[in-house]
Amino acid sequence: MNAAAPAIETSGLIVRYGETLALDDVSIRVGTGRICGLVGMNGSGKSTLFKSIMGIVRPDNGQVLIHGRTPAAARKNGDLGYVPQSEDVDWSFPVSVRDVVMMGRYGHLGFTRRPRAADHAAVADALARVELTEFADRQIGQLSGGQKKRAFVARGIAQQASVLLMDEPFAGVDKRSEATIVRLLKELAADGTSILISTHDLHALPGLADESILLLRRVLVHGPTAEVLTPGNLALAFGFDVLERTEAGA
Amino acid sequence: MNPLDLLLEPLGYEFMTRALITTVIAAIVCAVLSCWLVLVGWSLMGDAVSHAVLPGVVLAYIIGAPFALGALIFGFLAVILIGVVRGTSRVKEDAAIGIVFTTLFALGLVLISVTPSQTDLNHIIFGNILGVSEADLVQIAVLGAIAFGVLVIKRRDLTLYAFDATHAHTIGISPKLLGALLLGMLALTAVVALQVVGVILVVAMLIIPGATAYLLTDRFGRMLVVAPTISAVCSVIGIYLSYYLDAASGAMVVLAQGAAFTLVYLFGPRHGLLGRQLVRARRRRATA
Repeated sequence: MNAAAPAIETSGLIVRYGETLALDDVSIRVGTGRICGLVGMNGSGKSTLFKSIMGIVRPDNGQVLIHGRTPAAARKNGDLGYVPQSEDVDWSFPVSVRDVVMMGRYGHLGFTRRPRAADHAAVADALARVELTEFADRQIGQLSGGQKKRAFVARGIAQQASVLLMDEPFAGVDKRSEATIVRLLKELAADGTSILISTHDLHALPGLADESILLLRRVLVHGPTAEVLTPGNLALAFGFDVLERTEAGA
Repeated sequence: MNPLDLLLEPLGYEFMTRALITTVIAAIVCAVLSCWLVLVGWSLMGDAVSHAVLPGVVLAYIIGAPFALGALIFGFLAVILIGVVRGTSRVKEDAAIGIVFTTLFALGLVLISVTPSQTDLNHIIFGNILGVSEADLVQIAVLGAIAFGVLVIKRRDLTLYAFDATHAHTIGISPKLLGALLLGMLALTAVVALQVVGVILVVAMLIIPGATAYLLTDRFGRMLVVAPTISAVCSVIGIYLSYYLDAASGAMVVLAQGAAFTLVYLFGPRHGLLGRQLVRARRRRATA
């Protein structure tokens, strides 16, 4: 790991889907131990940027570095943890919370992925960290919205991921669970985990993210969250009617 | 006749013993595979591949190559063709699957009809449990053991793939390879089951046991035990029933599996229709 290199660095990313330009010259740097909000409306390129960082989408131009490594090397090294959005998970899948968290260890395991004592210990630690120990043997769908998110964060912890990518972590999560998740993420960041949170839900970000990026196929603004989430900037990112709605509501 | 004689009498015939052994082998391998197929949502794909391997098996027969090799090649060919048709035309996936597998299946039937051989068309389509030869039995046992072994050894990876392919990718485990592995096992298993229940009913053995077990448990590890157990028991019941009722054996096995699913669907304690109502009623009483 290159200590001097940023946790996430993209330079000049261009991604096209056929004729559609999904990302246009996106260059971002997120430092180690930082929490960064990635804000934009649907279709703004948030998930394409995530996929580029994870190496699922190959950019037409530009490159991604994770702690100075290529995405492929970072994946092999277990650097990247991923917390999917709720819609992307089959909640009736017959796995327990513990099984899901154990999947974070698979990259460290051998051919048959048979867990050893150290892996069981890592899973137990991760479950304790997110306060899900007593729910470990529940089927994953039997958790509340917030607990589900924490289970996937625990998977990233068990994996010892240094970069956590979270997709809409506050959708379907009640206020109290949200506070628990915010506290947890801040602890992880203090320990050196870098966290990128993709969301179009703005209310949780000011209390959580050190910095935010407004995305609309290209980076509109990137800076301290309070400076980024101004009505003027949001109007640019979401279109002008958001501004009108916010003002009408205020 | 006492009950023991009822069980032992059919075993006096060598062909019945062979039928029981091959059916149980096929039932177990199919059932293990079915656990992943129903969770990944590959039921229709299972149907498609089990039909599409037919020309591969026939061509392998013609040139004297192993059946499994022909089946693997055509299994993958079918999936590639489905992907090509879906990806490069406006035809949707279900239609693409339907077009590719029926065409390949028809090709297989045509090849059989022009190939001079002992193989009866009906045997391929409906299976020929009672006509399983010693050599068939050995082949089924070997292919079955390979498929079973690979599935059990790689079960954790396959479950990871079925549950969260994106996570697999982000930790450096290729979902494409795992998908290909599952597909290869599907083609191999199709060959095993084809001789037993025939092409048309293979898909039943590739879906019903997994779906039944899925209604019984919330643990994948248990599904992997429950599905083959149910499937094996149903095979034995089906074979015996077919013996005493003088009915089609392959169809009887599938009918027994369908009956088992229906029972679990209705009375399953956790996810059964009536089981769920009972739980709800008990809860109402508890709160009242």
